[in-house]
Amino acid sequence: MKIAITSQGNSLESKLDQRFGHCQFFVTYDSDNGTIEIIPNPYHNVEEQAGALAVKLLSSKNVAKIISGEFGLKVKPMLDSLKIQMIILKDDSKTVQTIIEMLNKTYSKEE
Amino acid sequence: MNHSSLYLYRTFARFMPRLKIPRKVNNPPKVKGFKPYGVISEGEKLDPVILNYEEYEALKMCDYDMYNHHQASIMMNVSRPTYTRIYASARMKIAKAFVEGRKIEIEGGKVYFDSNWFYCKSCGCHFNNPEINTSVSACPLCGSSEIEQHFEDTTTSQENINDDMCVCPKCGYTKKHMRGVPCRNERCPSCNTPLVRQNP
Ligand SMILES: [Zn+2]
Ligand SMILES: [Zn+2]
Repeated sequence: MKIAITSQGNSLESKLDQRFGHCQFFVTYDSDNGTIEIIPNPYHNVEEQAGALAVKLLSSKNVAKIISGEFGLKVKPMLDSLKIQMIILKDDSKTVQTIIEMLNKTYSKEE
Repeated sequence: MNHSSLYLYRTFARFMPRLKIPRKVNNPPKVKGFKPYGVISEGEKLDPVILNYEEYEALKMCDYDMYNHHQASIMMNVSRPTYTRIYASARMKIAKAFVEGRKIEIEGGKVYFDSNWFYCKSCGCHFNNPEINTSVSACPLCGSSEIEQHFEDTTTSQENINDDMCVCPKCGYTKKHMRGVPCRNERCPSCNTPLVRQNP
């Protein structure tokens, strides 16, 4: 299962980006095989509809869950209808690495 | 967001047909569909009639919940003519299934459900449950089972909450939705009907 994390930078040491549509990077983590992909957010500077475009991008990558600091009012129903889970973490001190380690623990004990 | 930018934002949203905001359905149906029994021979398999959620909801509003078309259109957040069209289509489909002995399948359409939201006491994250038919037992981030369900959406930022309106389904009276106060606990000042939520 693929999980996307919004990131402030292009390394795993980067902190969670609190914005969804306007985040700097998306980091996807595949809990089945541990693959990590870092994708620059092409909509980072887009003024309108960045959220909707980011949803499209992530759903094309078959992401099942997204971790970010917030999701806008327009994004929520889109993710709801795509059945993509939203996980909101209002704590921007956590690094992408820390979050991946948490996920790794959670999804390895499920098997 | 100040008032003028809010206005622009709304104007913009109105003229952007590409960005379709899915409509809301208040109560998802209990079943996936209906099957006729008795007379259809196995060899004669007819295509099912596909009733989308909007049609299901439109029919329920009018013929089960007994709202009139005006009230129902406000509650479904569609125009009155749109409501009438959806409702007519629902009735025609059901009549077709009844008369021809076809199955009825209730399908998604352009709707979404307000998914339930949870809070994890262990890692402090908020998360929704996108699978309406399965229950949630653990945090999707840290795996803790110390989770509790929210009953109001506190995860959308304040300015968005303020865009929501409470509407009187009877006379159309609207007021700004107050955060944390369920609309149905408030009554219309002119006709005393419990208010319902309407999103912008
Ligand atoms: Zn947790
Ligand atoms: Zn009223």
